Amino acid sequence: MSAILPAGTPAPDFTLHVTPDQTLSLSELRGRPVILAFYPADWSPVCGDQMGLYNELLPEFQKFHAELLGVSVDGVWCHEAFAKDRHYHFPLMADFEPKGAVAHMYGAYRSQEGVAQRALFVIDKNGVIAWSYLSPVAVNPGAEGILEALENLPK
Amino acid sequence: MSMLKIPVRPEDHIDGEADAPCTLVEYGDYQCPHCGRAYPIVKRVQKHFGKRLRFVFRNFPLNEIHPQAETAAETAEFAGSQGKYWEMHDALFENQNHFSPAFFPELAQKLGLDAAGLRDALATEKYRAHVRSDFMSGARSGVNGTPTFFINGQRLDGPWDYQELVDAINGALAGS
Repeated sequence: MSAILPAGTPAPDFTLHVTPDQTLSLSELRGRPVILAFYPADWSPVCGDQMGLYNELLPEFQKFHAELLGVSVDGVWCHEAFAKDRHYHFPLMADFEPKGAVAHMYGAYRSQEGVAQRALFVIDKNGVIAWSYLSPVAVNPGAEGILEALENLPK
Repeated sequence: MSMLKIPVRPEDHIDGEADAPCTLVEYGDYQCPHCGRAYPIVKRVQKHFGKRLRFVFRNFPLNEIHPQAETAAETAEFAGSQGKYWEMHDALFENQNHFSPAFFPELAQKLGLDAAGLRDALATEKYRAHVRSDFMSGARSGVNGTPTFFINGQRLDGPWDYQELVDAINGALAGS
């Protein structure tokens, strides 16, 4: 299994659709910390799944002025329906075409299944990866690593 | 392996003896159907282990998808302040299908609690900080959904049906 990009690596820039007609580039968020959460797929059948947990924690992330981006290979309409159903207040990005290209750049693609890994990255305000973590795909990594990484960012 | 960051302390809601060799902590959401399913399972587990096990419940409401979860959690805390925490905890899980803003004071009344006091406590958000503090302690401990169980401080990964819980607790008892 290839490794995800480690701390100290400049975070590769990318541009993906966040809604059917809008795109967002990572570089647009330069100047604040960014949490990049890759996950395999929308619509997992549990409440309190990974994105749901982060949704509840948005006020905590906002204390650090951090922006949260969820990334999976699902398409924009799937993301739109999922975000609406679960009341997500952060962007879901469609790493749809070329499939998984951004996940690939971050070393976070599972080519056998054709989905992103459960990989987390905390990127500092200068665009450098401050912390990254790869979770076994069946284990929801939770938020403790993200919160610690945000706390450890230089002020 | 995720560990409980805030150990069990006297302010927690603890069902069992202080010297029980095994402690089961559940982070739960009163409106979550999975927690609803876990509720009778935990009762069975408690019955099975008797004095060897104490059970602790901490709040982890998922407010965005469970609109009454916060109110339910605060209602339970209010009941606790009146000495009836576990009665309310149980009543909430047994009545998940009836949750509505009007329901909680009615339930308080039914349990012999001061319904007006509850309405007041809810309106003034008296227990909000406590519930949030539980929630953050869970987030810091690697709680990743509801229910999440910790056995002697170690997060249980994988299924939490009756046999899995019994096996994990037996493992902890053997190891101690």
